[in-house]
Amino acid sequence: MTVPILQLRDVRKTYFGGAVEVHAVHDVSLSIEEGEYVAIMGPSGSGKSTLMNILGCLDSPTSGTYELAGVDVSGMDEVELAQVRNRRIGFVFQQFNLLTSLPAWRNVELPLGYAGLSRAERKTRALRALERVGLADRVDHKPGQLSGGQQQRVAVARALVTDPAMILADEPTGNLDSRSTEDVLTLFAELHQAGRTIVLITHEAEVAAVAGRVIRIRDGQVDQRDPAGAR
Amino acid sequence: MSYSDTLRTALEAIRSHRLRSMLTMLGILIGIAAVIVTVGLGKGAQAEVRSQIDKLGSNLLIISPGSTTTAGVRGGRGTASTLTTEDAVALSTSDIAPDIALVAPVSTTSASLVAGTTNWTSSVVGTTPDWLTVRARTVSAGRFLTQDDLNQARPVAVLGPTTATELFGAQSAVGQTFTVNNTTVTVIGVLDSVGSSSSSTDEDDQALIPQTTYASRIATGTNRDSVSTLYVEAVSQNSLSAAYQEAQAALATAHGVTVANADFTISSQQSLVATATATDRTLTVLLGGVAGISLLVGGLGVMNIMLVSVSERVREIGLRKALGATPSAVRRQFIVEAGVLGLGGGLLGLLLGIGCSVGLPHFINQPVQISPSAAVLAVVVALIIGLFAGVYPAARAARLSPIDALRSE
Repeated sequence: MTVPILQLRDVRKTYFGGAVEVHAVHDVSLSIEEGEYVAIMGPSGSGKSTLMNILGCLDSPTSGTYELAGVDVSGMDEVELAQVRNRRIGFVFQQFNLLTSLPAWRNVELPLGYAGLSRAERKTRALRALERVGLADRVDHKPGQLSGGQQQRVAVARALVTDPAMILADEPTGNLDSRSTEDVLTLFAELHQAGRTIVLITHEAEVAAVAGRVIRIRDGQVDQRDPAGAR
Repeated sequence: MSYSDTLRTALEAIRSHRLRSMLTMLGILIGIAAVIVTVGLGKGAQAEVRSQIDKLGSNLLIISPGSTTTAGVRGGRGTASTLTTEDAVALSTSDIAPDIALVAPVSTTSASLVAGTTNWTSSVVGTTPDWLTVRARTVSAGRFLTQDDLNQARPVAVLGPTTATELFGAQSAVGQTFTVNNTTVTVIGVLDSVGSSSSSTDEDDQALIPQTTYASRIATGTNRDSVSTLYVEAVSQNSLSAAYQEAQAALATAHGVTVANADFTISSQQSLVATATATDRTLTVLLGGVAGISLLVGGLGVMNIMLVSVSERVREIGLRKALGATPSAVRRQFIVEAGVLGLGGGLLGLLLGIGCSVGLPHFINQPVQISPSAAVLAVVVALIIGLFAGVYPAARAARLSPIDALRSE
């Protein structure tokens, strides 16, 4: 199967800082197929954060097109982008970004609320997602009562719960010790096996190594020296 | 996100900052309680004035004689003796004044009453049997004056409770006698007490005798039939102004004067009520204004806290946006949160206001009457203030870019 779930063509993001134009990302073209496990790697300042914001529909490119699951999202307004993020993308952040006042399952069901699902349906799906990440016995725990690795697994459950086209993980192991890192990476590997599309953004080579393909970013462009990168 | 979910999220946010939420609500709470208590005080004062005026008799018109002018000095109202018992008879004629039910002429003088070794100076009032109904009084012992007493000009008296006690002490006054102006008068009844009254005369200290007895034995001066006041009762509240017109026309005709320069004055209880109400309303508006300002300050407090809340929860807002919250969903969440704070403050303020309204009369000698419409309005206003206070902070939250919000620490 070679269906591109995600396709960037000549994407450019330019920031205007006073008189200087900064091309954070320029002329990036890449495509990721359904079920692929891709790591986007690059040092800080390489533009990988900007690229990740564009991939996550948190930001719109200055020029170029971005198709996600067959839909061109590059010209969408704020409300449409919010809906795309809600339905197509599951985010996993470095800081976990869980709401500390809510128990695990309420954190997981958050995106379903914005999708307009009924409360009962939300709870069922949130519990199923937590079970999937191996936290069935921790659903009522608040984030403060969970270890870092467990918190990140709650965040992965939250990313899974909407059944998104892609899981976009931004430095998901950056705040974890080596054992928890392994835990989370194993979980990603399992999800990949189950057919999920995973895009992992990292600056650590050993983390990137678990992915099926590594795209290196340097100075706002896909590093062409890497033959496996651009396709 | 459905409205019930938005509401639940707002309640959770409020609950997770309990102290801050309570302090925020305190501003609204005090404002609403102040509004309810001040309006209650105003209403209570109005009701008290009205009940005092009602004690004088309902549907009542009071006709006083005009003033005299002696050597260029104009006397006050009632100094002339232009009203007579014939005027009373004329007004009670139903074809002249169909809207007048009863007329009670009253002649008053101050005299010394002597009972055995005791004496007491009181008002001696000559009147007719209708006085009792017109002035809305009752008799506690014995009976009131009758038409027969009037026709026979009997030397009998009905005493106010104060007068009876002063003359006869604890023993029953009925059947006892006293002398006034060398006339021996028998007490036939005692009035019920009305307590203090808004008028300057003490309604509980007087001796009522038949008008005819008064004219023949007590009255001095040239016209023994002159009366100091005519109390007129209209058929009903609605016919009060008709009765007013009729009395005015009938007396003007009888006295051969025009209405414009009448030698008498008619005042009604309604005008007294209106004056008293207007005074109270001024006070209520003033106090209500102060309470309203404190409510406004409370609203600013809500806005201030909501702004703090937005900047404190930037990461949460960023996360919610990343997970698919549209700007309007974020805006709604914060407006609802502010509205809940306003409504909560309003409801707590309502409780405090009711508590104060119940408790206050025990400490100050002022009745407080809770106005249900003011209470409902106050809570609605609190909700609206909260919602309005949330508009600007919510707009700021909705405008936040998810990237910047997620990046903030």
